[in-house]
This record gives sequence, structure tokens and C-alpha cells, in this order.
Amino acid sequence: MLTPEQIEAKLDRILLKVQKPGRYVGGELNSTIKDWDKAQTKVAFVFPDIYDIGVSNVGLKILYDQVNQRDDSLAERAYAPWTDMEALMREHEIPLYTLESKRPLACFDLIGFTLPYETLYTNTLNILDLSGIPVRSNERDETHPIIIAGGHAATNPEPMHAFIDAFAIGEGEEVIHDIIDTIQKFKSAPNFKRRDLLVALAQISGVYVPQFYETTYLEDGTVAYTEPTIPEAPKLVHKRIVAKLPPPPIKFIVPNIEVVHNRVSVEIMRGCTRGCRFCQAGMITRPVRERSVQEVVDAADEAIRSTGFEELALMSLSSSDYTYVSDLVDAISKRFEGRKLTVSLPSLRIESVSVDLMDKLKQHRSGGFTLAPEAASERMRRIINKFIPDEEIINTTRDIYSRGWTTIKLYFMIGHPSETIEDVQAIVDLCKRIIEEGRKVAGWKVKLNVGASTFVPKPQTPFQWVACDTRDNILEKQALLKRQLLKEKNIKLSWTKPEEALLEAWLSRGDRKLAEVIYSAWKNGAKFDAWEGDQKHEKWMAAFEEHGLEHTFYTYRQRRTDEVFPWEHITAALRKNFLFQDFRQSLEGQIRVDCRLNCFACGILPTFANLRRENPGEGWKCPDVKSPAPKIINIELPVVGD
Amino acid sequence: MRARITFTKQGALRYTGHLDLHRLWERAMRRAQLPISYSQGFHPQPKISIAAALPLGFASLGEVLDVRLNEDIPTEEIASRLKDNLPPDIQVTKIESVDEREPALQTQVVSATYEVHLTEPVDGSELKRKVEELMMSESLPRERRGKFYDLRPLIEILSVVTEADGKVWLQMKLAARDSATGRPEEVLNALGIEPEYTRVERTSLIFQE
Repeated sequence: MLTPEQIEAKLDRILLKVQKPGRYVGGELNSTIKDWDKAQTKVAFVFPDIYDIGVSNVGLKILYDQVNQRDDSLAERAYAPWTDMEALMREHEIPLYTLESKRPLACFDLIGFTLPYETLYTNTLNILDLSGIPVRSNERDETHPIIIAGGHAATNPEPMHAFIDAFAIGEGEEVIHDIIDTIQKFKSAPNFKRRDLLVALAQISGVYVPQFYETTYLEDGTVAYTEPTIPEAPKLVHKRIVAKLPPPPIKFIVPNIEVVHNRVSVEIMRGCTRGCRFCQAGMITRPVRERSVQEVVDAADEAIRSTGFEELALMSLSSSDYTYVSDLVDAISKRFEGRKLTVSLPSLRIESVSVDLMDKLKQHRSGGFTLAPEAASERMRRIINKFIPDEEIINTTRDIYSRGWTTIKLYFMIGHPSETIEDVQAIVDLCKRIIEEGRKVAGWKVKLNVGASTFVPKPQTPFQWVACDTRDNILEKQALLKRQLLKEKNIKLSWTKPEEALLEAWLSRGDRKLAEVIYSAWKNGAKFDAWEGDQKHEKWMAAFEEHGLEHTFYTYRQRRTDEVFPWEHITAALRKNFLFQDFRQSLEGQIRVDCRLNCFACGILPTFANLRRENPGEGWKCPDVKSPAPKIINIELPVVGD
Repeated sequence: MRARITFTKQGALRYTGHLDLHRLWERAMRRAQLPISYSQGFHPQPKISIAAALPLGFASLGEVLDVRLNEDIPTEEIASRLKDNLPPDIQVTKIESVDEREPALQTQVVSATYEVHLTEPVDGSELKRKVEELMMSESLPRERRGKFYDLRPLIEILSVVTEADGKVWLQMKLAARDSATGRPEEVLNALGIEPEYTRVERTSLIFQE
């Protein structure tokens, strides 16, 4: 294996031939370089897209800090090289290396991939290959690192089951320590066997080791059941959560080149109580846990001091639902008054209170105000459970324009369940009306940027049973939007290609059979699937054909009500019946209120009853668990000779 | 006040370009809580100016920048505040207070010195012969980005240094005035050396007397 010095010498030869060589050299402030020889366990964390996108990922930063805080371990980072760099690395036989010590990934004990979205799968395979590590789990031996993955895409790990040794389901802050402890125990033992270690990992709560499970299919190709093949592996893998959010990261990596997000991100709240039926994040990150205003403001202040960044993002799935949002905004404005700092507070509800909040943050009005109605007809908004009356939208947007913002960004999705062309027409009508009303208060300069993405029904949501809208329908709906909105001078329209939504659908809804399709697509040259361009669709279609699989099986097929899903043995602690009831209610146009007002028994409390019992009160936005803890019976044995 | 900072740029920072370096210093000064002055207007810019852009990939022992601060701060104090707030590959070597009325820093640079180390072994006497030949020539017409110019007058010093062990490297002093800047890689090209097989380090910037 190449030494760090050999890798650096080779890099000096090629770096001036690639775009943005600063992506590949590390040396950033706040990166952690520990003594290699003193660490018993070495972990490489990988964001499988380019540095510019990956370096600001908060999830990976949390884990990086968790591991580096241990005296016995170290964590370093790697990202996917862009195609120009990859070609030169392959030509000069440079394996993928970490930015901190410039060591090949293959020297590490553990490689942790974060998979926040499914279109990173081919990059994950490519990175393993570029690291000289067998792409398939069953081809790795005792000399290879253990490959783990986590993140929202792990909600359905099955399409990647052949490539990842172990998935961490749910939140990673605690499970990463259990994994490292287990690796240390096994690797330090004489006669270390990889299989023994994997069996031990499979017994950690929240860890899924796919090679110890087998899926049986029905004749129609759907899943009959997935069962463990060894007694040590649990039948059902529950996600892990932390009872209380640990202190947020402060020392963010400060890149030496410009990247997509140069900012400090502080998570104010995890989980969401809104229950939007299309939203996987809102379903799988329950329960809602909030940080205190004091903790958020202090962390933000310290992080700004340690990075010098000009932007602060207060992260959550729904800022308006943070209990003390108004206090938070006051405290932030006060603390950072007079400092050059842009504060963003994403995911605000469509109501005038949100405009007040943004006003207080003294936002640059030039940035535009973002709202996400997701659907334009009231009927549709009932179905997706994001109900806002039309008048509320008009009043809010009018208010935004009248207070000096000239641009509003509106996010919609098309392809919602049961959506008709009239529901899409409603998007056009609503946008035109917003502009018209805006002109009355702010004149001709008002602008609207409309994003119309395509809905993909995701696992572990109430819409997991529904079919994707067909490509032809999507094209027709997009044509309608383009025909009527592109000619509007003050409206900008953006949309996603239907092929991109299809890819996301196969990868997120697929079963184990998809693994071979992913492998072949990668072999055909598919990578950077989250990026536009280069005939990716053909590569994927060819891969489906090669394995005799019908891609529509995964997309256009309405799932039977009694269907066993490929992800049935993995749970985000949501009862299937809860999701199904919610799905039924959507068909009847019934909305469910915020679950802070009324608990719908999603399944979180029975699964995490003990955690909740030990952490009662304000911390979680779920009801307290009142039932007594199960009694542990201690039998006292008489002491001999007493 | 107007403070002049001399600093090194090594290691990973060789791959950080001029604009990114600007941003890097702005952030470092914010971290160090130095009160940078900003320009007026809709998009206020920090009043930081870097003497001469260093080409990507080159290391440097003597980059220079001027920054205007809203308060007078003793130079030792500036140094101590910056100390832990810079990335590991930048080190401050000197800080001085300069007259506010001095002309812009960029206009004061006249030349720059470089050391060029060769990563592949070369024939020392052959290299010496080429250097002599080049220095003897009246003019060296070259083309860069579609423009023709004469490289020869931009080369003030060019010499081959031979180490005790026979290893050779190059020393250069090139003009670095606003519209007349000699580039080390152009000199290497004229000598028939691939810049890919060299390590270039700027050793100093020379200012007007």
C-alpha cells in the first residue's frame, strides 16, 4: 500500500491538471489530525459526492467529532473525486485517500458512508473500487475495512445489501461508539475472524447486517418475507435514537476554497410533528426533541467565532414548530447585532408570523423568501396533509412583498397521489394570483421563482403503498406548467427531469434484486447520479434489461394493502397500521392535526417507552409515559458462612 | 490603521487561489476579532489587499498583504490574535504598521525571487549551458494566452545553484510590475523544463525603495 509521502508526491504531479485542486489536499482549519500510531481504531468517513457538497454535511461532522473525542480512535474524511481527478488517479494508480493523513482508505479499520439520498449509491461503489476494496461484501476478508453506511436512505437498505457490511439505522451519535467498541474487542483478539465480528455487530441495537438475512419472494415477484439466517440477528431491526440531543458541533471545517455552503449550521430541533404524508424525513426522525434557546445561541456564537463564517443556518424540518421560535429569533438578533452575519431559518409555515420572524432577523431582502406549499389546490393539500387555505397563502405572500422582498421562491411537487391535470392547473392559477396580488402592494417589480419537483412515494411513509405517477403524465403536467408559466415575465420555473424521479423511485423503493442493477449501472459508467446529464438513464435501463427486471414493477405498481415491503424488517418505529390508517384518511381527504395536539400513536412511544420514562417532560414533544417500568426481580442469595 | 502582514503559504495552501486566499484572510481576521474596515456600498468589501497573486501550486515564504483596521492595535497584539486562527499552512512572519497615505500595495511591487527545485535528476552542466544561452539572448519572444511578449527583459537574475552532492536547482529574480510580470513557468518552458517536474517557491517580493 502507498505511504502518505508517496501519495503526496504523486498528487503534486497531477493536481495542477484538475479543476479546483483545493478539493483534494485538506489542510483546513478545524480538521483533526491525530497520531496514527496511537489510535487503536481508525475510521474514515465518506460523503460520496464531491468535496464542495460534502464538506459542510452536519451529520458526518457530528460523527467525526464523536470519534475524534475518543482517546483510542481517530476519524478522517474523504469525498468523491470529480471525474477529471478520478481519471488521473486511476492513470497514476493513486487509491482514494483521506484528506487528513493522506492514507489510503484501505488502511482504515472502518469506513462509514453517509447516504442522505439514494442517488449516491453508484458513487459509493465507485469509491470502494477506487480505494482498491472489493465492491461486494462477500468478497472482503480479514484484511479489509468494515464498510458501514447510515443516513436517511438506509430507511430501505435492501438495494445496497450486497455492498455494505452493516447499516446503522436511525441516529448515529451513540451507535458509532458501540460499533467501535465491538471492532476493538474482536480485532484485538488472536485469530480474528471477520464473520465473528459481523455477527457481533448484528447484535447491536440499530445495526443491520444484511448478509445474515434472506428474502423469499412470492410468484408475482413481491416479497414473501425476509428472515434472519442466524439466531443472533434480530427479526426486526429498530432504528436507534438519542434521548437527548448531544451538544451541537462547534468547530466546523473551514475549507480553503469556496464550497456550496460556507456556513455554520445549528440544529434547533430534530423530528417533526406535522405529519405531512409525503415527507419521509418527518416520519423517520421522530420523536421531536428540541434544544434550548440558550444552547442554540451559545453554540452559534461559539461556532461563528471558531470559523469566521458569514452565515448561520438554524436547522430543523419545520422552524415554525420550534416551541420558542420567537424567543430564539429575538435572542439571535440581539447576540449578533452589528456583526456581518446572514441568518437563515428554513422551512417556515405559510403564515404572517413567519414574515415577522424573518423581519426580525434583518434578512437581506435580496435573498428572496422561500415557502413550500407543495400543492396548489386545497383538495391536494388535504390529501398530502399539508393543509393551508388559499387565502392564507395569498395573504402571506402579499405581506412578504409589501415588506420589501421582491422575490418569493415557491416549492411545489407534481405527481402527488390522485393528482389530476386540474390540480396542476391550480399551480399556474395560484402563481398568477400571487403575482397579481403582489403587484397591488409592491408594483411591477415583484417576482416569483417556482420549483416544481416530482413526488416519489417513499418507504416508511403513509404513501408507501401508492404508485409513482407515470413518465407520460409527468411530462404532460410539466408541459402545462411550461406552456403557461414560461411566458410570464416575472415568473421563473424550474423542474426536474422525470427520469431523475424514476431513478430515485427505483433506488428508494427497491428490493434486494436491485443490487445487481446498481452494480451493472455502475459498471456501465453511471456515477454522480444526483447530477444532471450524460445519458445516465440509458445506463440504468440497460442494467434493468441485463438482469431481466421490469423497472415499472418498482414504480408504477400500486402496492397491495397486504404487501410485505422489502424494508419490512427495518423499522423507524412507526407501526404499519398507523401508516396505513393515515393513508386511508388521505384517500378520504381527511387531515390529521399536528401530533403535539393529539397523539396518533405512531409507534414511537411503545418502542422507546423506557427512554421516554427516563426523560420525561419538555424534552420530547410526545406525551409522557406513565406506566411503571417493568420490574427487575433481584433474587438475593444467602451468603454462605454468614 | 494600515497593517502590513508578511506570511508563508505552504503545503495544502499551495492549491488555494488568489480569490480564495482573500476570503481565507477575511475569515481569519474575523476569528481573531480584528476590526477590519469595509468599503461602503451595497456589497461592502473588506479592505484587504494582497501584493501579488501567487500562481496555483507555488509555495511561498514571503507573501505580503495590507489590511485596514478600524482601531489602532499594537502589531504584537495583532500577531498574537492571529496565531491560533490561521490554517496550519500559513504562518505570519512579520507585521508592521504602515503610513495610511502610501500608495496601494500592488503598485509598490517591482520584482519577485523564486527557487525552483527539480523533482527529476537533470544534467547540471547542460542546464548551466542553457541558462547561459538564455541570458545571453537579446530577446525571447513568447506567446501567452494569445498575446506576444518578450520574456527576456522580465528576467533580472537566473542562475543554477549546485549543492555539495551535485544536486542542482534554479534561482530566479523576475520582474513583477503591474503590466510586466515574469512567470517562473514561462522561464522553465524556455529552458525546456516541464513545470510538472518542479517545485516552485516564491522566496520574497521586492518593493520599490
